[in-house]
Amino acid sequence: MSEKKTKRRDFLFTATTAVGAVGAAAVVWPMIDQMNPDASVKALASTEVDVSALTPGNTLTVLWRGKPVFIRRRTQEEIDEARKVKMEDLIHPEKDEDRAKNPEWLVMLGVCTHLGCVPLNDKGDYNGWFCPCHGSHYDTSGRIRKGPAPLNMEVPKYEFVNANTIKIG
Amino acid sequence: MSDLDYRPKSKVGQWFNDRLPLLTLANHLTDYPTPKNLNYWWTFGGILTFCLITQIITGLTLAMHYIAHADMAFESVEHIMRDVNYGWLIRYIHANGASMFFLAVYIHIFRSLFYGSYKAPREIIWIIGIIIYLLMMAAAFMGYVLPWGQMSFWGATVITNLFSAIPLVGEGIVTWLWGGYSVDNPTLTRFFTLHYLIPFLILGLVVLHIWALHVPGNNNPVGIDIKKPSKDTVPFHPYIVIKDGFALLMFMIVFAFFVFYAPNILGHADNYIEANPMVTPAHIVPEWYLLPFYAILRSVPDKLLGVVAMLSAILILAVLPWLDTSKIRSAVFRPLYKQFYWILVADVLILGYVGAMPAEGLYLLVARVATAYYFLHFLVILPVLGFKEKTLPVPLSITEPVLGGSPNLAAARNKESKME
Ligand code: HEM
Ligand code: FES
Repeated sequence: MSEKKTKRRDFLFTATTAVGAVGAAAVVWPMIDQMNPDASVKALASTEVDVSALTPGNTLTVLWRGKPVFIRRRTQEEIDEARKVKMEDLIHPEKDEDRAKNPEWLVMLGVCTHLGCVPLNDKGDYNGWFCPCHGSHYDTSGRIRKGPAPLNMEVPKYEFVNANTIKIG
Repeated sequence: MSDLDYRPKSKVGQWFNDRLPLLTLANHLTDYPTPKNLNYWWTFGGILTFCLITQIITGLTLAMHYIAHADMAFESVEHIMRDVNYGWLIRYIHANGASMFFLAVYIHIFRSLFYGSYKAPREIIWIIGIIIYLLMMAAAFMGYVLPWGQMSFWGATVITNLFSAIPLVGEGIVTWLWGGYSVDNPTLTRFFTLHYLIPFLILGLVVLHIWALHVPGNNNPVGIDIKKPSKDTVPFHPYIVIKDGFALLMFMIVFAFFVFYAPNILGHADNYIEANPMVTPAHIVPEWYLLPFYAILRSVPDKLLGVVAMLSAILILAVLPWLDTSKIRSAVFRPLYKQFYWILVADVLILGYVGAMPAEGLYLLVARVATAYYFLHFLVILPVLGFKEKTLPVPLSITEPVLGGSPNLAAARNKESKME
């Protein structure tokens, strides 16, 4: 068999396979992507919450995109406790100043970063939150201090629309 | 009679069989030579087939009344329990049937471990079995989500979140699995679809499992290769059919006990509370059959490594035929392996127990030791044992020890040839 013939075959074979693979991928992708969040789910992107009734030392839990959001109006002791923690002592170092721009208000997803349970208020070794599922302890800034969770509770995008209303998302 | 010699008696049968050899298949299954010393641990294959068919029939009838929607699923299950004729019975058979299915599969797997049924030439049978087991776990997990109670919802949340441990793409995968930003209606509808599909995949794999089994034939309690057919075998029908049937009846008595006298004992009261995304139950635990793996997950303090350990605990079984270096199959002739086998059984039971307890203090310590031992058994003890262990002499045939076989090789061979 001559060299040239083999090469021509090889080329055709490779080209056909390549076009076939692209075609197959083009058909498979819609089948996979249909499982991603659809337009109606994405449309529920923001929520406004009235926080006027919330007194210091209390937490309001609201649902945003199917997940609980904790809105905590912190007491002065809680703020002091959160701010005096040294960065070296943290598993996931984040300053309280960055997590709560307005120190009195802590807004974060009430979702344990381990496997997604909802931690309990005013519990645990650090006076913040405690996740009953596998025992993660969070401090008064919602930062992970002890347990299997790797990260602090997430602070979502939010803003004060006016003195009494927070818009999440 | 070999499959090639078979010829149906009737003219119609011959006409049909020449076009589609179903009668040859039926004949193969009835005549199939089976070791005559199979004990009751070998009846669980038939029991498992029964369990699968039971789940499919009760599942199909439940699906006629169930509504896969986050707002209606919980109510529709209550509707099945209260309004649908015999709905309570069908649901209790299906819910407890899942537990019975796992009970049977665990016995079946530990039977294989004791008698070395996973060793050459049966590796493919074993690996198909492990795939079936994985699919069973997937089916049961998704089925448990369908009633949309508190345990359904939070079990789904925790298990799907396991994927978030994967670096970089983890979060994307979880969102994709959920079809949203949390477990919600899109998650429920896709889980129902998959829960419906998987049992039929399992059915297909069961056919392959049995096909692969019929190539070398059954292993047996003595664990030696036997001639087939010979005085060491009996035809599948009627000998094994009757024995399997009797074992199945005993199994059904236990099954019926749960369905009629303790239908909720294996479940969780929390699952009779409708799913609430704002509150996690104080103590979430998976169904009993997943507890050992749950204990392994929790015994590792790191999120990613915990998930890796849990998955490895299952996948390690797939390579077991190559981890066990001993040429002798049956534990009957392996005095050391036999002891380690029972330690492993105890280890898995302990893992199951601590998996149900809170992950703290002594429980956590025990879980860690048991997890370490589990891996030690497969990764160190088994490979080393194959080289170090002094095994007992293995008989030449199944009949030999029964007939007071002589340790003298020539005499035994002689006797064997005379009997044929
Ligand atoms: C491998 C076989 C199967 C297993 C292990 C299995 C397991 C389960 C489990 C554990 C539940 C939750 C029971 C409860 O607590 O209420 C469930 C529910 C359900 N399953 Fe299955 N299942 C299987 C096959 C099927 C099939 C083939 C169908 C239908 C086509 C089906 C339809 C349903 C439906 C509609 C429910 C919701 C009603 C209920 O919760 O009782 N299942 N399944
Ligand atoms: S989900 Fe919170 S500790 Fe596991």
